[in-house]
Amino acid sequence: MKALRDYVKSLFLLELMKGLGLTGRYLFKKKFTVQYPEEKAPISSRFRGVHALRRYPNGEERCIACKLCEATCPALAITIEAEPRDDGSRRTTRYDIDLFKCIFCGYCQEACPVDAIVETRIYEYSFENRQEAVLTKEKLLAIGDKCEAQLAADISAQADYR
Amino acid sequence: MSDDQMVTIEVDGRKLEAKAGELLIEVTDAAGINIPRFCYHKKLSVSANCRMCLVEVSKVPKPIPACATTVNNGMQVFTRSPLALAAQKGTMEFLLINHPLDCPICDQGGECELQDVAVGYGSDVSRFVEGKRVIPERNIGPLIATDFTRCIHCTRCVRFGAEIAGIRELGATGRGEHMEIGTYVEKSIDSELSGNIIDVCPVGSLTSKPARYQARAWELVQREAVAPHDSVGSNLHIHLRRNQVMRVHPKDNESVNECWISDRDRFSYLGLYSEDRVTRPLIKTEGQWKECDWQEALDFAAQGMKKARGGDGDQIGALVSPTATLEEMYLTRKLMGGLGSRNVDSRLRQGDFRGEESAPWLGQSIADLDNLNGVLLIGSNVRKEQPIFAHRLRKAAMEGAWVGFVTPFELDMNYRAEQLVSSPAGMISDLAAVAKALGLSGSLVDDAEVSDVHQRVAEKLKTAEKTTVLLGNLAVAHMDYSLLRHLGALIADATDSVLGFLPEAANSVGARLVGVAGGDGLDSLAMLNSPRKGYLLLGVEPDWDFWNPSLARQSLSEAEFVVALSAYRSASLEENADVILPVAGFTESSGTYVNAEGIWQSFNGSVKPMGEARPAWKVLRVLGNLLDVADFEYNSSSQVLEEARDSSTIQPGGNSSTPGELNVRTPAAGLVRAGDVPLYASDALVRRSNPLQKTNDAISAAVHVNPQVAKDGGFSAGDQVMVKQGNTGATMALVIDEAIPDGCARIPAALSGTGELGGQFGEVTLEKA
Repeated sequence: MKALRDYVKSLFLLELMKGLGLTGRYLFKKKFTVQYPEEKAPISSRFRGVHALRRYPNGEERCIACKLCEATCPALAITIEAEPRDDGSRRTTRYDIDLFKCIFCGYCQEACPVDAIVETRIYEYSFENRQEAVLTKEKLLAIGDKCEAQLAADISAQADYR
Repeated sequence: MSDDQMVTIEVDGRKLEAKAGELLIEVTDAAGINIPRFCYHKKLSVSANCRMCLVEVSKVPKPIPACATTVNNGMQVFTRSPLALAAQKGTMEFLLINHPLDCPICDQGGECELQDVAVGYGSDVSRFVEGKRVIPERNIGPLIATDFTRCIHCTRCVRFGAEIAGIRELGATGRGEHMEIGTYVEKSIDSELSGNIIDVCPVGSLTSKPARYQARAWELVQREAVAPHDSVGSNLHIHLRRNQVMRVHPKDNESVNECWISDRDRFSYLGLYSEDRVTRPLIKTEGQWKECDWQEALDFAAQGMKKARGGDGDQIGALVSPTATLEEMYLTRKLMGGLGSRNVDSRLRQGDFRGEESAPWLGQSIADLDNLNGVLLIGSNVRKEQPIFAHRLRKAAMEGAWVGFVTPFELDMNYRAEQLVSSPAGMISDLAAVAKALGLSGSLVDDAEVSDVHQRVAEKLKTAEKTTVLLGNLAVAHMDYSLLRHLGALIADATDSVLGFLPEAANSVGARLVGVAGGDGLDSLAMLNSPRKGYLLLGVEPDWDFWNPSLARQSLSEAEFVVALSAYRSASLEENADVILPVAGFTESSGTYVNAEGIWQSFNGSVKPMGEARPAWKVLRVLGNLLDVADFEYNSSSQVLEEARDSSTIQPGGNSSTPGELNVRTPAAGLVRAGDVPLYASDALVRRSNPLQKTNDAISAAVHVNPQVAKDGGFSAGDQVMVKQGNTGATMALVIDEAIPDGCARIPAALSGTGELGGQFGEVTLEKA
């Protein structure tokens, strides 16, 4: 009996028709493909993209060289050197993130007591040589300056959950 | 109840044996039971003011502090009962009221006792909403950074100053909320042990200024080392990060340095990163220095030595820094021996080589110093020469020991001591007078005039139970050292005292053990007085490391060839050497030091030598190979050590002194120089440590004379005077100092500006410049 039913199914290509039917339904449904790069998918305020160092509104850098991000980084991607600045405050003289090592886990921004190191929504970056993969303090601050409005908004949106 | 009676107590249900009269916290610490504490420190007096160690004790209605409670038989203690925990938690909350939440920028973060205890006993949210107390920053010198806003008033630093350093520099003013720790007057802390308050501070109020903000506790790797400066051989912990020494801490060793180290041992590491470190071999051709590779430099050095030696090995000599390791010293001696020369010496600051002495031991164990009843120090500014020994002697003095000094200038003391201050010639007659008062006779002793003071010294040494006679650096540098030593030995013998030496440098004793000092060749002065054709210098700077720098420079410049193994290039070295081979510095090389007590302390290299520098024992090994010296195949420094140990026949023991000729060389009339080596000028590393050079102990070159001498010469304070010593001379400032006796001018050595002068002791004349 089973053999007969299978014979009929294969003779009239019923399985194929069923599959094509499903395809056919989607052919006329509303499309959700994003036309990257002209279009972009929406991003969560928790998105973990490339890093930035933030500043206070008065222009003072937030980072106080506590090195908690360096300590918590599971990939050992962060390298910090610090010394007293001329005014006696504790500041970094070097803050490097090696993006080849970074796994974008977000622990660094989690550890930061002053919300200085954050991960932005930027996910489009590429390097033409290996040296560029190391984000220096200057580069990180520049990214922070560029994205400050978005970063501040994202952090306040997440404030209740932290 | 006698002290050694044992009692049984019960802590958290555990039965513990303890000595009656012991503190509860000592018993629980020994048993590994943790009671939180801040103000208690094993080496300091009990103050019981932090209240963190409150525990519940049966039959006592209220919780009581474990640090101020002695144990009683049958006592039941509960460290984790609800009552104890509530008390500890309450105390913690009060301590945190005024403590700022600035752990991320605090250098103590990660190794902070308050942080640790707060995790265990603090609550997660503070109920305190009022403003916190803030104390403005205070500058207490170049070594210690302060932030008294973080202070929890444990007063460990205050007690350290009063009880250990012997200087009441820090104190608490105000009460309660308004209590503040500070210097009584706005000034810096000048104790030579001051760095230890960084270690005793449980919070981040007192931290190291040179290491400020540079490293976190969790980034540092800990290695062990031995202090390279004085003959104490303090045990150290070196904290490294990425092949760089970040800081130095003491390693507990009860029999050597307890848990303290001197500031010199703590902050000298900064000299490693001085700009004049040599990182590539240098050779001089036609008066010009040029960098080259090792092969070229070593060949150049070996050829030069061979040529200078000619057919006579006696034509060359080696001058070795007494801070060199035992392995380096042994290889130097063996290398010179292979070239047919016995001229090796590390006693570069000795002013008189007459007579014979045993190895310069302390003559007793370091810990024995604590229990002495009488001490006579001859020519020793021990506080500024071996600070840890000074601390031990101070402990003895606080227990009632009599301490006397025979010294060419009055010393700044932090306890009561008898000082016989007289000119360099007077030191000899003082000692002779003490010997005469003891009923001795002899060629020096007979003419002495005995006064009440001498009688008293003799009496004290004779009647006290455990006594010692110690000779210090100033005695060794004295131009009549052999006489001082002879008289010291006579006095020690007559009073049944131990004759001891406070050796100058980390390896002064080791040098003697491997025949680098006291061998059968020429001594350092003879090597310079009758110039050799070739010299090998190991870690030596001609301007600063010799008893007579002028003579040293002259003999070195006349030599055909000078090989210098050095970590640093200094002007005087560049002037006189023909090749500089860069060698590893402190922490960069493995080695062994033998301390004053005779303990062999070996250590490993902790960091890689800077640049192309190599450990000196390796450089010597290759030089030995290039010069075809037999049996010079070593693969590790421990092989060298083994061989050195086998070849050394001297064992620690009693000291002896055989006098040479007994004529006094020191001029009795006129002005005689007493040249001490200041605390922070003792060796190449210390001289390059910037923070130490900014302290008040880092003095600059000057002539110190008493008001009468200044008046006679028509000088006033601050005048620039021309100091003439033999055929040498230098211009420096004049300081009027009541501490200097008549007939004596204190002109410290080893400072920039004193390199132009002659021996550390000798006749000088002053002229207006």
